[in-house]
Amino acid sequence: MLEINSVSRRFGDRLVLDEVSFTVGPGRMTGFVGANGAGKTTAMRIILGVLAADSGSVVWRGQPISQSVRQRFGYMPEERGLYPKMKVAEHIVYLGRLHGLDAGRAKKNTAALLEELNLAERANDTLESLSLGNQQRAQIAAALVHDPELLILDEPFSGLDPMAVDVVVSTLRDRAATGVPVLFSSHQLDVVERLCDDVVIIADGQIRVAGEREALRQQHSRYQFKITVDADAGWVRDLPQVKVLDVDGPHAVVELLSPDQDQWLLQQALSRGPVRQFDPVIPKLAQIFREVVR
Amino acid sequence: MSAPTLMKPTAPAQPATLSSAGAVKLVAAREVKVRLRDKSFIFSSIFLLLIVAAATILPSLFGGGATTVAALGPQAQQAAVAAGAEVTSVDSVEAAQALVRSGDVEAALVPDTTGASPLGVQIVALEEAPSDLVSAMSVASPVQLLAPTGIDPALAFLVPFAFAMVFFMTTLTFGLSIAQSVVEEKQTRVVELLVASIPIRALLAGKVLGNTVLAMGQIVLLAVVALLGLQVSGASELFTAEVMTKIGTALAWFIPFFLAGFLLLAGLWAVAGALVSRQEDLGSSTMPIQFLVMLPFFGVIYSGGSGIFLTVLSYLPFGAPVAMPVRMFNGDTAVWEPLVALALVIATAIGCILLASRLYQGSLLRTNGRTSIKQAWSTRS
Repeated sequence: MLEINSVSRRFGDRLVLDEVSFTVGPGRMTGFVGANGAGKTTAMRIILGVLAADSGSVVWRGQPISQSVRQRFGYMPEERGLYPKMKVAEHIVYLGRLHGLDAGRAKKNTAALLEELNLAERANDTLESLSLGNQQRAQIAAALVHDPELLILDEPFSGLDPMAVDVVVSTLRDRAATGVPVLFSSHQLDVVERLCDDVVIIADGQIRVAGEREALRQQHSRYQFKITVDADAGWVRDLPQVKVLDVDGPHAVVELLSPDQDQWLLQQALSRGPVRQFDPVIPKLAQIFREVVR
Repeated sequence: MSAPTLMKPTAPAQPATLSSAGAVKLVAAREVKVRLRDKSFIFSSIFLLLIVAAATILPSLFGGGATTVAALGPQAQQAAVAAGAEVTSVDSVEAAQALVRSGDVEAALVPDTTGASPLGVQIVALEEAPSDLVSAMSVASPVQLLAPTGIDPALAFLVPFAFAMVFFMTTLTFGLSIAQSVVEEKQTRVVELLVASIPIRALLAGKVLGNTVLAMGQIVLLAVVALLGLQVSGASELFTAEVMTKIGTALAWFIPFFLAGFLLLAGLWAVAGALVSRQEDLGSSTMPIQFLVMLPFFGVIYSGGSGIFLTVLSYLPFGAPVAMPVRMFNGDTAVWEPLVALALVIATAIGCILLASRLYQGSLLRTNGRTSIKQAWSTRS
């Protein structure tokens, strides 16, 4: 498990991270969400040791992180880049070796990864000759070549076409399934929602929310219900103690003041005719995000 | 691992570790490999070797061969033979002049009509006086040298010039290559991936090591070609056995001096690269170092190969790598002098590399625009 404990960091007068704490559990896909400039990249750089924290600590498997431990992490920086004139396979092998693999294993892993990412036939082309999408795939191979024990990916999906997103998603899931903790940041909240087990939301350098995705959604649901009846649903406006959020023909969205009113609401609806749908509204990540960041 | 499921790492991941020394080696190996694959680098190196080979071999080819002379009369024939010329006998002044005009001979010796010649012979040439013939037939005054060096004045200029030139070109080439390689990593952003896997110092050390190996390789190759060239052309009037020994000694000292001098600058080149984030800005950030490289070059040439100025230069860390071997070639150094100068260069090199290491770490990850030295000094990673 990766633990970030009260990490703070300043750049000049600006406090970029303010007592940031969260954890990334083994085998958990953890989405790291925040607006531009919220502190995601700084936090990730501190985990990787590329930047130092002013205070606080980063702990991996109960130990502070040393160079030899850090070498076994996999990283995809937000600012992508590889040597443009190096050949794809040669480049990935080189990075594998910098992460401590011997030559044989680095070559074997590289060949396997390029196959997996559909890059095998470009193995001997220079990176600059690849399309942008393929360069992104090479970048992912660079993060994975050494079978990392922890994955830190800064915006891994930006710049990827939908096909590549699927390849990467399944690749990351496979890694997580073997127990590797995966921390990834993204602007695309729908992707985070689809992919992650846990969510960490950061705003202005502070962690606003952190926890299991489903629990968060439950926690942030507000006794809202979506009702669909056969006739016009305008009658909900006449109910006492009900806040009407939306009425559109036979559909209505309402918010109750307390959770135990749901059966009463259903009875009210049934007494006026058949009820086709009666659903609690669980907020989407995007809604929670807007709420906590505000 | 089979292809479709290969993403699953095999059982407990083996702890893979790479020592700093290992990282340095990997980085250095990449630098060397990339450079050796660069066609323009290969061509310019070959070109340089050809120049050195030509410079050492050609003079003896051009200088060789006897002067061809047309001679009229027994006195002239005697004089021509005595001067070591290849003699063609003619039977009239007109015939001699015709041979000179047609270029069949370089000069003609005819009986003197002016009465000014002690040998009674006059030299006829086309455009300019044939100096070797003139001097062979002149009566030289006796000369007493108080401090004989046995070195031809032309060589006394050429050898220092060659040392200065080689040092200048090689340090500039490989120094710039360090700076460019650093900027490339910043500009392409690959640097963040690198420093996330290995210590920044290992990255710097690897770069310096790789380019030092390349530079030394080139210097040794040049030295070997130069010595072979001298061997091929053989001992001649210019390159006497004594001179060759001196060149050999100077070369032998030049190599460690070059190594120390290159290391002295290498770290600074890396800093010049780390301070900027685009290749286009390298010109301005490397300017001070280019000046430091030019200093010994122009200093040694200006000194003319001797004098107090050269002596001072031979103890300044940035001038010593060229100035001290040149002084040794001229033979006016005590045994301890090169050792002291070399120690000074090495000490300065260590200081420079430590300084460079801090500045490099402070500026490497600032990928936006230029970093000032002050900022680089005070930035923590």
